[in-house]
Amino acid sequence: MAKLTLVQAINQALDHEMTRDERVVILGEDVGPNGGVFRVTDGLAAKHGNHRVQNTPLDESGIIGAAIGLAVAGMRPIAELQFEGFMGPAYDQIVNHAARYRNRTRGTITVPLTIRVPVGGGIHAPELHSDSPEAIYTHSPGLKVVMPCTPYDAKGLLLSAIRDPDPVIFFEPKRVYRSFREEVPEEDYTIPIGEAKVISDGDDLTVVTWGASVFECLEAIDNLPDDVSIELIDLRTIDPIDIDCIAQSVQKTGRCVVVHEAPRTAGLGAEISALVQEHCFLHLEAPVQRVTGFDTVMPYYKLELEYLPDAERIGKGIAECLAY
Amino acid sequence: MPRETIYEAKIEYLQILDEDGNLDKKLAKGSLSDEQVLELYEQMWIYRQFDEIAFKLQRSGRMGTYPQNKGQEANAAGSALAMVRGTDWVVPSYRENLAMHMHGMPYHHILMHWMGDERGNMIPDGVKMLPLSVPIGTHMLHAAGIGWAMKIRGEEAAAITYFGDGATSEGDFHGAMNFASVMQAPVIFFCQNNHWAISVPTDQQMNSQTVAQKALAYDMPTIRVDGNDIFAVYLAVKEARERAVSGGGPSFIEGLTYRLGDHTTADDARRYRDADEVEAWAEKDPLIRTRKYLVSKDLWDDEKQELLGERATKIVGEIVKAAEGVREPATAEFFDSMFAELPRDLAEQRDSMRTSSIGINPGQVGLSAQPERV
Repeated sequence: MAKLTLVQAINQALDHEMTRDERVVILGEDVGPNGGVFRVTDGLAAKHGNHRVQNTPLDESGIIGAAIGLAVAGMRPIAELQFEGFMGPAYDQIVNHAARYRNRTRGTITVPLTIRVPVGGGIHAPELHSDSPEAIYTHSPGLKVVMPCTPYDAKGLLLSAIRDPDPVIFFEPKRVYRSFREEVPEEDYTIPIGEAKVISDGDDLTVVTWGASVFECLEAIDNLPDDVSIELIDLRTIDPIDIDCIAQSVQKTGRCVVVHEAPRTAGLGAEISALVQEHCFLHLEAPVQRVTGFDTVMPYYKLELEYLPDAERIGKGIAECLAY
Repeated sequence: MPRETIYEAKIEYLQILDEDGNLDKKLAKGSLSDEQVLELYEQMWIYRQFDEIAFKLQRSGRMGTYPQNKGQEANAAGSALAMVRGTDWVVPSYRENLAMHMHGMPYHHILMHWMGDERGNMIPDGVKMLPLSVPIGTHMLHAAGIGWAMKIRGEEAAAITYFGDGATSEGDFHGAMNFASVMQAPVIFFCQNNHWAISVPTDQQMNSQTVAQKALAYDMPTIRVDGNDIFAVYLAVKEARERAVSGGGPSFIEGLTYRLGDHTTADDARRYRDADEVEAWAEKDPLIRTRKYLVSKDLWDDEKQELLGERATKIVGEIVKAAEGVREPATAEFFDSMFAELPRDLAEQRDSMRTSSIGINPGQVGLSAQPERV
């Protein structure tokens, strides 16, 4: 079995689905012969044709709006937006059109659309190339929001996303794009949207996270004394959230720390805290802790590592929660 | 070194039937047959009754806010007839109800929509249409995408999308025009220039002499037509469709017309426009000139008009009855069509009709296992 990076696994999934289903088309800025700014679509235009891996005008709203048209007319578009910082212009198309067509036509118009977006900080990128807006789209009804952080999960979840009859935002943590390789089967497999994954079992405390933060959490856990046992959950899908997985774990451990890159206030940590107290109130030994980005603008790269929750801050959060 | 003109363009204006009902026979070549004129006249006339009754429904508290289409029927009717029902897609705004009807959207659905019921947006089987779009100027991108899909599949079909003059100020208008142009998608952009975007007149909306010229930037064939002239509208759309289905890409049509009513029933246009202006445009009403033409050709008389009136009253009465007689929507309906398959959390919200937490996990606090429906 080949060992692939996250970028290669996503590329393989796209290639696989384009071969399997002729309705699948990719559209976005530079996705054609150039293979996209992160080379995720590398080689796909040469193999499947420029008309199926279509370079578009530089217009995020246009990309999503046109993709909605493709989707309602029976295609299976996969739209790439180059960076999460440029989702703003497409917000109206995503939230007011893609997310609503099924509901407002009572199921007679549907939008099977996948929107791929590199997300998050930590790669020394230009301004507005490092945000984490997943909570915004989770708060918007009618969308599914996915953020895998391993090559294996990325392929399986992307195939699920493309085959999903509803719009899915597929966030790709860019810090993980080429950070490691793992074995990815060449054959067809899917990972259901909505299922979290327990990465490591533990009894003392539950850490809930997703995206690149998973690896910071792993490091933080690694730095803890050997007699501390932490259960680490990678949500993989943010919306719909796998509350069963979280609740089962916290009912066992009694303590929970949520880690994400996005700002704290009204972020997903708040939502997960609320869910945990609803589902695990009598099991809780400590308040749910949030270790997150600050409620500031995402700093430019000289200070981005100060902003992002790292192993040290996560470790402190875990230690405080354990000591409560 | 050259310094010379490298691009020049002209905008055509087309009028075939003037406001007195006079037809330019030469220009009318390839446009409507007598039979089609009769059909469109009847459609427009019935629509006008529908529009009046819809207005009254709102005034009498039987319907919510409604945007009248009065005065703009020729744009809707002429363009709808030039497209192929069930083959071409229609991507409307909200002032072309007649075009939606002619392409298969039942009238009572349109009333249901403005009565606050999403079931009015349900697209019947075999009808190729998106629901009317309330946000201004953002839906034309969907037509660009639909046209692009048609092109990918090699279909002999086109998409038509409608919008107002105000919508052409939106960024997505230009995005849609650019996308369709770059992809050479079979899309017809139909601008209903009715002179007013709520209270803002066209000359405050743009500093362009015509709306049609905006298409020049996208190298798109473009024309301004008298939008109260069914012959001109039909011919322009027919030519645009022929171009679209034979690989000629998108076209732009500006149908010059006038919003005879208020923006919506929540608006009072007397606050911002002169009665004289409205009066002048009322004389250019598409229904009046079409009738004059039919009478001049001995195709219409008072007796026929009376019969049409009776028929329209009956038809509109049945439409209202159908809209008001539809069963009340079930509460669950606003949940059920959120996704193809409802996520569990949403299913729980639907079944319990609550979002408060105690009782969600009843095992914890000894409450009944089944949350009570409130």
